[in-house]
Amino acid sequence: MTVNTPTPRRRLNPPLLLGGGMLGLLVVMGLVALVWTPADATAIDISQRLLPPSATAWLGTDHFGRDILSAIMAATPISLAIAAAGVLLGLLGGVPLGLLAGMTTKPLADHAITRFGDTLFAFPALIMAMLLTASFGAGAVIAAIAIGIFNIPVFLRISRAATLQQLAQDYILSARLAGLGSIAIALKHILPNTAPVLVVHASIQFALAVLAESALSYLGLGTQPPAPSWGRMLADSQTMLSLAPHLAIVPGVVIMVTVTAANLLGEGLRQRFDPRDE
Amino acid sequence: MPKRIAILFMSMLATLAFASVVIFVMLDILPGDPAEVMLGLAATPEGLAALRQELGLHQSPWQRYWQWLGGMLVGDFGISYSYRIPVADLIGERMLVTIPLALYALLLTVLTALPLALLAAVRPSGWGDRLLMATTQLGIALPNFWFALLLIAVFAVQLDWLPAGGFVGWDAGFAQGMLALTLPAISLALPQATILFRITRASLLEVASQDYIRAARAKGLTLPTALIKHGLRNALIPVVTIMGMQCAFLIAGAIIIENVFALPGLGRLVVQAIGQRDLIVIEAVILMLVLLVVGISFLVDILYLIIDPRLKTRKST
Repeated sequence: MTVNTPTPRRRLNPPLLLGGGMLGLLVVMGLVALVWTPADATAIDISQRLLPPSATAWLGTDHFGRDILSAIMAATPISLAIAAAGVLLGLLGGVPLGLLAGMTTKPLADHAITRFGDTLFAFPALIMAMLLTASFGAGAVIAAIAIGIFNIPVFLRISRAATLQQLAQDYILSARLAGLGSIAIALKHILPNTAPVLVVHASIQFALAVLAESALSYLGLGTQPPAPSWGRMLADSQTMLSLAPHLAIVPGVVIMVTVTAANLLGEGLRQRFDPRDE
Repeated sequence: MPKRIAILFMSMLATLAFASVVIFVMLDILPGDPAEVMLGLAATPEGLAALRQELGLHQSPWQRYWQWLGGMLVGDFGISYSYRIPVADLIGERMLVTIPLALYALLLTVLTALPLALLAAVRPSGWGDRLLMATTQLGIALPNFWFALLLIAVFAVQLDWLPAGGFVGWDAGFAQGMLALTLPAISLALPQATILFRITRASLLEVASQDYIRAARAKGLTLPTALIKHGLRNALIPVVTIMGMQCAFLIAGAIIIENVFALPGLGRLVVQAIGQRDLIVIEAVILMLVLLVVGISFLVDILYLIIDPRLKTRKST
């Protein structure tokens, strides 16, 4: 910040490697959990309840005698998939709208799209999830849709701003002179050039989506039992805080690691794409 | 400036009108028959008929929407199906928990983030700055409800210093009420404080490299004094924008934190109403929450006008 020397563009940087690596491990853990967990994640055995970590149950057991490590693993693909679906929905809805708002020559159309985005922005993911749950019932799909709807205005704004930035460049003018139409310019030039900033923000929004998903399942508005989820494991642990505080530790740490990994990945990608920026 | 405020006000009303349509469509039209949703498995033909009559379902959706909106404007939010008391009374009572909680959290956020940012910005890359930056990286990733659980485990269960949850009500005294809101406010504030710290620090560093700060230092001021006397106001412009967004997060966060601490606020009310399928309460509370979010961002926009000197000079032209 003090000295503004451009550093040479590096393909890989520490945050990118660390964040990408951690997230990669989590994805692998999630994929493994689809076919194998140390124990059955949903098998109840009251005689084995609230055991501390041991050789058979590495992270101990919960109040129903379920293996905590298995539950954490089994919850991983669900949480990651909901968060990823939420971000993807936001991209699919927000990016075309942002492109349209940025490229349209009609101020009214731009204004209408921007206002639509602002309205959606007044519904935080949690509130949107409550609206959807009230009419359709709780579930993983509803949680993903709620996170997705919240992400639409986020990507709309980013994509609109990036589009305007690209439109001001000379190469767009030459593309127009070369006879390219608006749609061709949008797809061939603007979209590829705004992609880096979108990818960076997708990674940061993924971190927020993981937080939102865990908050929703904590409230019982996300993944439904018996499917395990990090958020609900925390909700269950609350009644046992004095008896078995270890129940409250592991799911929280896993959420935090996932969110940090995605944030680091975003930071690394930002440095990768734009070395001038810090 | 009055013209700008009027424009902001109109756009706030437009957002609210839009939002009210979204809420109405989602809760009144999409479920098909709201009466069936509310009664669930307990539905009998007579019960359904009575509830349809009570909800006015024989009218067109258009008529129902106007009645709902018109009622809201005069403070008539309908009668709660599960509590059997006016929703307006329920909301009024619960606001007395949610609003103080959000304000308390906002105060804690600002009081920790701003001084620490100033401290970090005075000596960037010093050990204090490095420590704070590393800590905030973790703070951003901390789920507030998990932090709340940890606070309960330590300060309520182990040390028994503060209540683990519940709210005695303001009748028991201001101090008692604030005590009950302390752990919730801390858990709500910490993740937001880390974000605000980072934004403020970056903004201060940006300002510190400006010519007028160099001039002030050449005049003999130390960097902290120069930053506070001349830089703070300029540095606050992006900070205020972020704070506006944070207020929305604080309101949304209050929903979940109220549920962790069993505080009788709007958030707990609406989650319970979802469990009881009380669509009338859900509709009204969500509109109130959206009103809070939108209203706060309107106030922040006005504050923005006051702080930004460049916008102020335009007033005279």
